[in-house]
Amino acid sequence: MPSISRDEVAHLARLARLAVTEDELDLFAGQLDQIVAAVAQVGEVAGQDIPPTSHAVPLTNVFRRDLARPGLTPRQALAAAPAAEDDRFRVPRILGEEA
Amino acid sequence: MTELTRLDAADIAAKVQAREVSAVEVAQAHLDRIEAVDRTVHAFLHVDTERALQAAKAVDEDVAAGRPPASPLAGVPLALKDVLTMQGAPTTCGSKMLEGWQPPYDATVTQRLLAAGVVILGKTNMDEFAMGSSTENSAYGVTRNPWDLDRIPGGSGGGSSAALAAFEAPLAIGTDTGGSIRQPGSVTGTVGVKPTYGTVSRYGLVAFSSSLDQAGPCARTVLDAALLHEVIAGHDPLDSTSIDAPVPPVVAAAREGATGDLAGVRVGVVTELGGDGYQPGVLSAFNAAVEQLRALGAEIVEVSCPSFLLALPAYYLIAPSEASSNLARFDAMRYGLRVGDDGTRSAEEVMSLTRAAGFGAEVKRRIMLGTYALSAGYYDAYYGSAQKVRTLIMRDFDAAFSKVDVLVSPTTPTTAFRIGERTDDPMAMYRADLCTIPSNLAGNAALSVPCGLSDDDGLPVGLQIMSPALQDHRGYRVAAAYEVARNAAQGGPLITRVPELEVAH
Repeated sequence: MPSISRDEVAHLARLARLAVTEDELDLFAGQLDQIVAAVAQVGEVAGQDIPPTSHAVPLTNVFRRDLARPGLTPRQALAAAPAAEDDRFRVPRILGEEA
Repeated sequence: MTELTRLDAADIAAKVQAREVSAVEVAQAHLDRIEAVDRTVHAFLHVDTERALQAAKAVDEDVAAGRPPASPLAGVPLALKDVLTMQGAPTTCGSKMLEGWQPPYDATVTQRLLAAGVVILGKTNMDEFAMGSSTENSAYGVTRNPWDLDRIPGGSGGGSSAALAAFEAPLAIGTDTGGSIRQPGSVTGTVGVKPTYGTVSRYGLVAFSSSLDQAGPCARTVLDAALLHEVIAGHDPLDSTSIDAPVPPVVAAAREGATGDLAGVRVGVVTELGGDGYQPGVLSAFNAAVEQLRALGAEIVEVSCPSFLLALPAYYLIAPSEASSNLARFDAMRYGLRVGDDGTRSAEEVMSLTRAAGFGAEVKRRIMLGTYALSAGYYDAYYGSAQKVRTLIMRDFDAAFSKVDVLVSPTTPTTAFRIGERTDDPMAMYRADLCTIPSNLAGNAALSVPCGLSDDDGLPVGLQIMSPALQDHRGYRVAAAYEVARNAAQGGPLITRVPELEVAH
């Protein structure tokens, strides 16, 4: 029987870049455990030799002609940005995150 | 004026062309109806009054100048699910993450609607990022089912289905990843169609689960859905999964079906989609519908699809896995919400705080579930197995369609449940998609057509008709024949029995 601990939920939340509260950890640990228990039934076929399907429609790479075509102007692209500066997206510092 | 809101799309288009009524009058009647009832129903997140009237005026000018109509739906109002982009209006996906976001481009579906002279009234409410079966996961409040205001209108496209049942629009667009067009159609007594995957462009459809998402038509009649289907479907180079093939002849099939003859059509009843866990009133309405199909000349056989029992578990691994990846784009950097950017916090901290504030509980659950299923050590057991199940489901469909032309089942195991009834129990909510999910996993066409009221609670029941990939027209033919027969047997279209809503003045 699979089980998802509170610590595991905290780890998943970190991987998914989701800040979670202590209350949410309790709530999600219980719910995810219940959901995983319910979906674990697919494991019945784990050992069987069946090709996996990722897409219902067979996928092949699609190329288009290598021609220039109009795109968004910097102004359009930045119109919905939370912060912009000098025609660029302004983001918080990205260095020095890992101790 | 109010009668205009009761008309079918095909009738509206004909009257506009015949100059019996102007497209502007039609649009205004629907905008007035929205004004009168939407405070109660809350189907719309945004009403685009000015541009709707402009679009209607352009249709009237074409008619006055004697120009041929842009499409068979020119001048017909439509409600657009808020997961498809349209310039000049916000696209929120029912999420705080995208509150007020103005997309810089139109979805292909939107472009096709505008080019067809369809009058887009506004954007409809939905479960956040289309995750849910009740529209209760919208960050902007619930939508109410016009049949009973204490009940859910289905989900994720509950705004679109409620808009139809409340006569706020004769047409709507939905998107169906696990049943989000068909289940809302079922519980509101309206028609909802999930076309074959790849036949309606996903360009401009904000992605939830890319291998499953498919936009499709919602309407009050089978013919109206078919007319809308032909407007929005077709190959699009901007969607790499778009199928380069002719649109199945769905309008012709709907017209053929309406003659009421199903002689020679083989209909398979799926053994696994019924029995325990299904509401008795749903099963009796479904069984009556099957008898009706038999009376129309169809040959009825029972078909077993054993892998369908694994469809729900497989779906709740595949869809959250794809969602966890797709929703990584909401990183607080280029668009959407950003919180906590106080000059001291890092990008990663801002990202985590933003996603915590911007996503609701169901979206967070699914992102974490998907992250789990894709984790090293669990991948083979969960995601890998789910992909194998997907193969088995496709094989079951192939075997079934070698024996029958279409498959039928109830669209969803129950009628509309009460608002709040399942919000604390994710698995109970997920079971609403039990019958619809197999066609998403296999990519084939499926639709829901109203099949009467449940005798235990008086609420609408849907008949699901599944067709092979690119054979969408088969389902339309059977649905149209059934619709005509049911209307005749039950004294008119089901939708005319929806209670009158109290009108605000």
